[in-house]
Amino acid sequence: MTTKLLTALLLGTSILGSAGMAYAQDVTLNIESWRGDDLAIWKDKLIPAFEAKNPGIKVVFAPSAPTEYDAALGAKLAAGSAGDLITCRPFDKSLELFKKGNLADISTLPGMENFSDVAKSAWQTDDGKATFCVPMASVIHGFIYNKDAFDQLGIKVPTTNEEFYAALDKIKADGTYIPMAMGTKDLWEAATMGYQNIGPNYWKGEEGRAALIKGEQKLTDPQWVAPFAELAKWKPYLGDGFEAQTYPDSQNLFTLGRAAIYPAGSWEIGLFNTQAQFKMGAFPPPVQKAGDTCYISDHTDIGMGLNAASKNADAAKTFLSWVASSDFATIYANALPGFFSLNNTPVKMEDPLAQEFVSWRDKCKSTIRSTYQILGRGTPNLENETWVESANVINGTDTPEAAAKKLQDGLDSWYKPAK
Amino acid sequence: MAAAPKRPFRWHIGVFLAPAVLVYTAIMILPLAGTLQLSLFRNIDQAQVFVGLANFRTLFGDPNWSLGFWNALRNNVWFFIIHMLVQNPIGVLLAALLSSPRLRFSAFYRTAIFVPTILSFVIVGFAWKLILSPLWGVAPNLMDLVGLKSLFTPWLGKEQYALTTLSLISVWQFVGIPMMLIYAALLSIPEEVIEAAECDGITGMSQFWKIKLPLILPSIGIISILTFVGNFNAFDLIYTAQGALAGPNYSTDILGTFLYRAFFGFQLQIGDPNMGAAIATMMFLIILGGVCVYLFLVQTRLRRYQF
Repeated sequence: MTTKLLTALLLGTSILGSAGMAYAQDVTLNIESWRGDDLAIWKDKLIPAFEAKNPGIKVVFAPSAPTEYDAALGAKLAAGSAGDLITCRPFDKSLELFKKGNLADISTLPGMENFSDVAKSAWQTDDGKATFCVPMASVIHGFIYNKDAFDQLGIKVPTTNEEFYAALDKIKADGTYIPMAMGTKDLWEAATMGYQNIGPNYWKGEEGRAALIKGEQKLTDPQWVAPFAELAKWKPYLGDGFEAQTYPDSQNLFTLGRAAIYPAGSWEIGLFNTQAQFKMGAFPPPVQKAGDTCYISDHTDIGMGLNAASKNADAAKTFLSWVASSDFATIYANALPGFFSLNNTPVKMEDPLAQEFVSWRDKCKSTIRSTYQILGRGTPNLENETWVESANVINGTDTPEAAAKKLQDGLDSWYKPAK
Repeated sequence: MAAAPKRPFRWHIGVFLAPAVLVYTAIMILPLAGTLQLSLFRNIDQAQVFVGLANFRTLFGDPNWSLGFWNALRNNVWFFIIHMLVQNPIGVLLAALLSSPRLRFSAFYRTAIFVPTILSFVIVGFAWKLILSPLWGVAPNLMDLVGLKSLFTPWLGKEQYALTTLSLISVWQFVGIPMMLIYAALLSIPEEVIEAAECDGITGMSQFWKIKLPLILPSIGIISILTFVGNFNAFDLIYTAQGALAGPNYSTDILGTFLYRAFFGFQLQIGDPNMGAAIATMMFLIILGGVCVYLFLVQTRLRRYQF
């Protein structure tokens, strides 16, 4: 009896084994990622869509925890056990991997022509010659507002600074709503949703950012101090005790309908849609005078690159080309409203709020956050200092000029722009 | 006269000591030595290069580092002072009250006061952030009830109050420890001593000051040194309540958070294990210095009473 069973088992395994061999012609690609949240989207939507078009290539999405991702990836790359495709953090973390030879140069990959230079800047060498990740998504900054509140108070969506403050004054005078939901406790809100949100209109987006990197402009120049001066004016419009208001507090204040305007990043859309019980709209950072060109922060956030040691490089390249295609962009952008495809071909999105955000790309010029590329390297770290100083300016503990001077001094201590 | 029999080598001593020595070496001494070693190196072109004391010169010579370090040290000293001035006297007071034979429900009070000590920092940080929240917190409402609303400010968000507030939260959490230690010391005072004092007419408050306090001084010394070590190693509460940047404007930055940012990096700042190790070494030296001062100057002068 036992012998029979054993024979059956052995037979079974041999059949299974040969079945496995039959499949071995299929290439399996593993994706390294920190986006565990997106597991369902990859499994149910993205991967089936790719596999349907590319028989013979199997894809496995294998995320690790965000806080462990960089360390785990580094260890796997060193041990040679990392996946074929690597989800790229923007700027220096990926640049470092490229310099170590862990990421392949994919500048000539078919599909890369679908992306603008700004979109690719997060995954390029400083001279812009080699690109090593396909840009997947970006987040756009602007203001989300409570449409019901605006209608009730008869406020038009502001386009200029003057209208913006007029709207805030009106909301404050009415008293039903807190004019603006923002706190300085977590620091980064003030910098990311404040300084980097409204700033590009003053330093003229890419023009100012490039000049800053070249050393032609300084953070103490008027166009870099002006956003701080605006932030200082926000103080009276924030809620009571905004100094101890955290980021989740701000989100809740807005979604509970207690605040009228929320300085936002587009990643909020998904959450706000499920939580807010009122109609929402969005407007880009107001310009100084009517008719001025508007600039928006369209910050590159996530990309995908090729493990230089991958044994399935050809299949992986096929996959990356697909990631660079508009097919991928459509599925991804609709599954994650607020994470916008960087593809030049416009993506049709269902979500009205996401549509509003992305429509600014047509009328405004895009840039990325000024403190990330190259300038985000040294110690003291410009990005982190910008958090601290933006909060100081809103709290009124530093003047805009003093804050700008501190940032420039810190930058000067380690950054010597190439002459 | 025969020679004394040679005493056999006492293997069992080594065998009995080995587990403790091995474990302690592996988890304490080696990492400590590793940290000290790391602080003497620097990462140059992906390789660790011996640079002597250059990291310490950077830490104290470069204003970008030294200002941060001195700020953290100053804040840490203030953090410690608050604990010494508030936590320990309150601990002694509570212990004195608890040990009073006339107090009812003393077991309940003892437990209730000790419970926060066993809570996680994350819970304490989060709970107090909510209590003090100007938006949803109970603190503004409670103060309103007694007509003190005007005194409420968003303490955790103001540079001038944040550190003191956090120190007091930490005091709230840890006041149970001095209380328990002193309570135990008070209970161990023999009845005869108290009776003798009563025969001599020393009762009430003067009994506490003249008899009990001198007898619990060694315990107070131990508590002080525990507080010192604990405070200069503190990190968790600040990190959970204020984040790694220890805002606003670094006003709550203590050595632990300063070390964390240097060692592991934060946001765009890339971690620098070598500078981190240099800061960790300074923390080690500060704590070592404090403990030595205590051991050689204070401990030796404390009188011990044998009963």
